[in-house]
Amino acid sequence: MTEQVMNINAAGRTVPAMVNDSPAIPYQGVGKYSPQGNKKAPHIRTCIDFPHDGDKRVVSLKEALVKCGLKDGMTISTHHHFRNGDLLANKVFDIAHEMGIKELIWFPSASFPCHRHLIPYLKDGTIHHIEGSMNGPLGKFTSEGGMKGTGVLRSHGGRYQAIQDGEINIDIAVIGAGCADSFGNANGLYGPSASGLLGFALADAQYADKVIVVTDNMIDFPCVPWQIQGNYVDYTVEMEGIGNPEEIVSGTTRITSSPDRLYLAELTAKFCEVTGIIHDGFSFQSGAGGTSLAVGEFFRKIMKEKGIKARFARGGSNRYLVSMLEEGLIDYLLDGQTFDLEGVQSMAENDHHVWTSPFTSYNYHGKGNFAGMVDVVILGATEIDINFNGNVVTHSDGCLQHGLGGWQNCLFSKNVIIPVPLFRDRIPVITDEVTTLCGPGELIDVVVTERGIAINPLRQDLADKVKGSGLPVRTLEDLMNEARAICGTPVKPGFTDKTVAIVKWVDGTVIDQVRQLAV
Amino acid sequence: MAKTVVAGNHGGDIRSDCQVELTLSDRGGLRIDLDSKVDVLFGRHIRQLIAEILVFFSIKHAKVVVRDSGALDFVIAARMEAAIKKLVPSEKEYLLPPKINCAQQRGREARRCTRLYLPGNTPKMMINAGLHKPDGIILDLEDSVAPEKKDEARLLVRNALTQVDFYGAERMVRINRLPYGLDDLGYVVPHYVQVILIPKCEDGQQVHQVNKKINEISQSLQQPGEIFIMPILESALGIENAFAIAGAAGNVIALAIGLEDLTADLGVTRTREGKESLYARTRLVNACKAAGILAFDSVFSDTSDEEGLVQAVRESKSLGFNGMGCIHPRQIKAVLNGYLPDSEEIRKAVKIMLAWEEAQASGKAVVALGTKMIDAPVVKQAIRIIEEAVDAGLLPVTWREEHD
Repeated sequence: MTEQVMNINAAGRTVPAMVNDSPAIPYQGVGKYSPQGNKKAPHIRTCIDFPHDGDKRVVSLKEALVKCGLKDGMTISTHHHFRNGDLLANKVFDIAHEMGIKELIWFPSASFPCHRHLIPYLKDGTIHHIEGSMNGPLGKFTSEGGMKGTGVLRSHGGRYQAIQDGEINIDIAVIGAGCADSFGNANGLYGPSASGLLGFALADAQYADKVIVVTDNMIDFPCVPWQIQGNYVDYTVEMEGIGNPEEIVSGTTRITSSPDRLYLAELTAKFCEVTGIIHDGFSFQSGAGGTSLAVGEFFRKIMKEKGIKARFARGGSNRYLVSMLEEGLIDYLLDGQTFDLEGVQSMAENDHHVWTSPFTSYNYHGKGNFAGMVDVVILGATEIDINFNGNVVTHSDGCLQHGLGGWQNCLFSKNVIIPVPLFRDRIPVITDEVTTLCGPGELIDVVVTERGIAINPLRQDLADKVKGSGLPVRTLEDLMNEARAICGTPVKPGFTDKTVAIVKWVDGTVIDQVRQLAV
Repeated sequence: MAKTVVAGNHGGDIRSDCQVELTLSDRGGLRIDLDSKVDVLFGRHIRQLIAEILVFFSIKHAKVVVRDSGALDFVIAARMEAAIKKLVPSEKEYLLPPKINCAQQRGREARRCTRLYLPGNTPKMMINAGLHKPDGIILDLEDSVAPEKKDEARLLVRNALTQVDFYGAERMVRINRLPYGLDDLGYVVPHYVQVILIPKCEDGQQVHQVNKKINEISQSLQQPGEIFIMPILESALGIENAFAIAGAAGNVIALAIGLEDLTADLGVTRTREGKESLYARTRLVNACKAAGILAFDSVFSDTSDEEGLVQAVRESKSLGFNGMGCIHPRQIKAVLNGYLPDSEEIRKAVKIMLAWEEAQASGKAVVALGTKMIDAPVVKQAIRIIEEAVDAGLLPVTWREEHD
């Protein structure tokens, strides 16, 4: 085996120079990397090569894959609109396996525990590696060194960037949709597998060599609104069992009842109140996790008390944001992903509930994007270190657990606030150095813990605003020491020299690597 | 076949706890089998701790299986000790050096309006409890602990008293019903407990029993702190003896009422309006005021009903109660705000005090505010309200200047 050549990037992290036999550019700093040249363009297509009557149906997913020329080494993309209820990606690789295809690259927009089904295919070489995210069981498998190639972790915006600048060439995109017509127009608004929107598949539709739309709810033309336009689509398939509705919009978007998390959420909202981040016409984004939802609810309380309205909220939409929209507390809901049935229904019926995509929200190769327009974003993290650097993909034990999602992209909001507990069941969250660097500290403004609020020294303006408010402001170092007094000082995990995955920054450069766990 | 014992908890939604399975043997040394979610981070440390405890109890040959969901040292130690003592009775105690400033006392006059109940065998609720700023934390050995878990809960509570920082909240323990509860005292009195709650107290004799036992234990201690008593009256007989209990000893600082058991004893259904317990509640309040101590109301058991709680506190305050037990951290703020004087009360009290002081200064015998006479009890009330308000930060210490 040849010696792996390594680089030290601008964040001081050691990263491989070559990844899956292609050169990888080391991270150069925030806003430093500006590639030149042209965007990738798909092959010229001509309408005369497609059915004149617009009916692109084929009888099965297998036939569609065969017609797309499925063969060894191809890059296959799927999407996470069905979340943990996704059955489609698993079926695609069942077929590939059955056909004896090898060395595929799976390019999902995100993976979920349901995709543990694919582990045997990663073992037997049907899938060479994953470019996207490796969650839960797939993360563990990757960290243990099980994957043949090197995993690549990208943000939602980074995924669009990689498609647009040709870093990734999608051979076949398989788009699952709640509703579609035979021409390939599709949306996620209706049917048993309704998921809200299909924004994560937009780039794939535009740039992939071949595009298949699969639905369990084929309706007569026209399927409107066409979130995915049939003009990009090669084949359409109607089949049962593409998603498990209960897991798609799981209905689990419920505010936490944990008193500690509610306390954390309340403290976060208070911080936003005291600093004037919550002001008339402001905008916010917060995730669908229990704590984030609770922050939203405390926002609602403050906004109602003070008669404040938000111009827009970005989601992760859910019943709570929908009710704020309906109460008139938010003018527009810009939705990137819909988490419950209330969200799906609202998107279908309320023209102020607008669907977005990684292109509008986060895209690096666009002429701007929405991320920087948001006044405040509330994010999670598995680790934050005393220099405000953030990790969301591995835990302190070194094991890959989560994808990046839109996390990196959201760091460009005007105020980035991360409410996290100091420790979770003895697992430290505030540490001396993040296990894996996903977001540079210069972009993380405030870390709210149950035992104190740390403000990034770069944000003296915020520090000035909380003076005299009675909020418990402390340094991250101080907080880490308290965590250690309670839990003890943890031992660092051991790793081998093998790179099992890399973490891309939003611009396509490599910000860090994940190494194989030492046994 | 060697006997295997189990202590602690594991599985389901249990976190920050561990389960110890212990089997003694004649040879083979110590075999420690740790299954921990924090193995990478703390595995070596935890194994060391387990071995140290086994050696402390002179166990040389044993198999220990520990299933850990992120338990802190004080929890692991309590679970280990509980398992060991099931097999090897011992007077020895494995005590960790105190982690917090245990000598800190709140004093007789401290506010005790909000007291948060924590089940004595559930470590995950203990670690962050103090963050919610209750006046007191009640580590409960009684109703929230299953009979078969009493022994291990005593050890956990003992350890928690010196290891968990409750951020200034008073450390209270509700012991079991007497006489069994007297045995609990040995686990908490030497470990800086500040208030003992006696459940189902029915007469002053029980207060004496508890005090006698506390004194016996304290004699062997180097620096015994003052321990206060808070009897909980939960029966018709207890209510009838309220005044005697309240005055039974100088360290009785408050009485609390427990309405679930009381209504059962009365043979009535507990209602939201509480008419059925009005007599008992007012009798208890009266006894407390007569004895010069505080009166605490029964807990509000629907944790999701915020408005109901606010209403209940308002009624309770109007009857003369000074506080209420909390069974969920989210209740603390509503309970405190409900019992503290409201802005109108504070405004009036300030007016009265200023008028009174001005009259005193100018040597007037009779003071009137508007058309109302101000006499000594009115002033006394005003002083109490102002003190409470200043204490809670609702009124600045410099209130005289601000109102001039």
